[in-house]
Amino acid sequence: MIAINNYLILSAILFAIGTIGVLTRRNAIVIFMCVEMMLNAVNLTFIAFSRYLGNIDGQVFVFFVMTVAAAEAAVGLALMIAFYKNRESIDVEDINMLKL
Amino acid sequence: MFEYVWLIPLFPLIGVVINGLFGKKIKNEKIIGGIASGAVFGSFVVACGILVQLLSLPGEERHFEKTVFTWIQSGNFKADIGFLIDPLSAMMLMVVTGVGFLIHLYSIGYMHGEEGFYRYFTYLNLFTFSMLLLVAGNNLLLMFVGWEGVGLCSYLLIGYYFHKKSAGDAGKKAFVMNRVGDFGFLLGLFTLFWYLGGTHNVWTVNFRELAANADLLVPGAVVTTVALCFFVGAMGKSAQIPLYTWLPDAMEGPTPVSALIHAATMVTAGVYMIARMNFIYIKSPTALLVIACVGAATALFAATIGLAQNDIKRVLAYSTVSQLGYMFLAMGVGAFGAGVFHLMTHAFFKACLFLGSGSVIHAMHHALHHEHSDADPQDMRNMGGLRKKMPITFWTFLLATIAIAGIPGFAGFFSKDEILWQAFANPHHGGMNIVLWAAGAVAAGLTAFYMFRLVFMTFFGQTRLSDKAFHHLHESPFVIVFPLMVLALLSVVGGWIGVPKVIGDALGGLPNFFEHYLEPVFAYSTAYMSHGGHGAAHHSLVLEWGLMGVSVLIACGGIALAYALYIVSPAIPQRITAAIPVLHRAVYNKWYVDEIYDFMIVNPTKSFSNVLWKGFDVVVVDGVVNGVGAAVRGFSGILRHVQTGMVHNYAFSMVVGVVVIVGVYLFR
Repeated sequence: MIAINNYLILSAILFAIGTIGVLTRRNAIVIFMCVEMMLNAVNLTFIAFSRYLGNIDGQVFVFFVMTVAAAEAAVGLALMIAFYKNRESIDVEDINMLKL
Repeated sequence: MFEYVWLIPLFPLIGVVINGLFGKKIKNEKIIGGIASGAVFGSFVVACGILVQLLSLPGEERHFEKTVFTWIQSGNFKADIGFLIDPLSAMMLMVVTGVGFLIHLYSIGYMHGEEGFYRYFTYLNLFTFSMLLLVAGNNLLLMFVGWEGVGLCSYLLIGYYFHKKSAGDAGKKAFVMNRVGDFGFLLGLFTLFWYLGGTHNVWTVNFRELAANADLLVPGAVVTTVALCFFVGAMGKSAQIPLYTWLPDAMEGPTPVSALIHAATMVTAGVYMIARMNFIYIKSPTALLVIACVGAATALFAATIGLAQNDIKRVLAYSTVSQLGYMFLAMGVGAFGAGVFHLMTHAFFKACLFLGSGSVIHAMHHALHHEHSDADPQDMRNMGGLRKKMPITFWTFLLATIAIAGIPGFAGFFSKDEILWQAFANPHHGGMNIVLWAAGAVAAGLTAFYMFRLVFMTFFGQTRLSDKAFHHLHESPFVIVFPLMVLALLSVVGGWIGVPKVIGDALGGLPNFFEHYLEPVFAYSTAYMSHGGHGAAHHSLVLEWGLMGVSVLIACGGIALAYALYIVSPAIPQRITAAIPVLHRAVYNKWYVDEIYDFMIVNPTKSFSNVLWKGFDVVVVDGVVNGVGAAVRGFSGILRHVQTGMVHNYAFSMVVGVVVIVGVYLFR
């Protein structure tokens, strides 16, 4: 058996990379991909604990997370398409009309 | 019929609602006037029924209280919307509804063609409603509601021609002076309530309960304070010195308003209030002396001003102030019945005089209009010789003038004479009696003089109008003339129900119905006065007849003087005026009282208000309010930098938030 620590560390690293991607990248599609990465990191954590605690609850919860991730990706991409129609760009630095 | 007493104020209230809400749509003047007059007539019918029923009961049982609903209830204090029927209120109800109805009828003709016709009748009905609450209410709070209501309606009606600045100013002046009086009324009310409640645990403002507990009111500083505070209210409402200057200015309103409000009803509210609370006043000789002196002084003072006025309504206004002084003089010497009797007779002849002057002004206005002249239709110097053109107006006016002058047989004689006799002979005030009587007698002479001056200048002699205008004068229509006739009749016969005992005996045992009728209301005071060692006016018959003769002589002297000055040799008045210019100017300018008030009170108050406005309201209050706004704006100016509009910043703050929360749970 691989120790749970390894899974958790991998998950944490993935989460961290995803967060840095969200905070740093300018391309909206890349940010979405990083968000997916964060969600998958969390999924990994859930699965790991499910395996090591012998409880199936974690795996069930993963399903929910995946569903939400899918829905959120759909909505987000639709939003980006609408934004592109308006601004000809998907650079998040151009989403600044609420700047005072 | 007693059970239906609540209908009396209700009918005018319905009139207010209908005319007020729908009057503008009902274009037909006759319907609006009909609704308003019909409402008051309905109240009059009910009042008659109540009086008839009251008279069928024996003296001690002549009281009835009808509670409509409970207004205030707190602990064992209860004040309700209820009506008290007793001889005094029944009589007042008759006067208010009867004279009120005649004036409503008159107004239909007088206000014909006015733009705000429905507004006028709405206010007039509202006034009647308030006045009826005042006289029929069974407790001080309800009376105060009516008191305030008549003050409000007085403002609304005086300022009826609101396009004229002078009318608006007069309305404001009336209202503000009334308010000063109301302040006194409230102070008296509170003091009485607190005194009876705190010292004797009797918490009530109901008249019958107060009268029943009258023995608890011991003569002293508190009772005197209460009496004087209420009298301040009466001073404001009934135009006594020093709060009388609003009444002459109130002549800016339509003439029927002057008749109803300022002659027959509202101004008598103060007298009614004192009569109602006679059991308090009788305990305070100081207050009674003050009232008598103020009344006598006002009677004399106002009469002097009336001598020199040229506007027909001004003369009548000062006459009203003067006659009210008589009523208070009567109250002040403890002759409550006589004062109330004069209230009633005065309502008749003064209303007749005002309505008659309205008829004259109406005709003059019409005549001058034809000539396209803008001479003042109210100025007596433009009149003269009107009796040929307006006979009915002339005769009714003459009858009412004879009544006010105090000629024997007419209404004013019996009431005024009773007052003068009581002032002289009632031993209540020791040495002041002669002074009070003298002031009253001189004022009576002046009254006879200036009233007949008015009659001679207006109706007799050569007309001072142009021939063309004079040709266009004509008698007023029936709706105007009919009330004049009724009121003139009442001025003649109205006094016969109150013939003083001494005359009645001489005429073969004619009793003083009025005095006897009001006995139950003043029984406590009469008993208190005789019990306290102040015997009833010592009955020296010779003295009484003698004084009566003196008053008649004074009245006839006044009339003769007026005749000499205005009919026989009309050039004399101008010579007199030229001989005493300073005195004449002072009297003509109302002894400059208004100017004194402006200097001493109005202008300092205005300056103080300006200081409060510019120094406090603008600087402090607006400063604080605007300051709060400025502070918020400054704070938000700093805070807005959080909203950079950059998505990355928001994402970062979310991450920071998550880290903080996790950290808190991790390291707790």
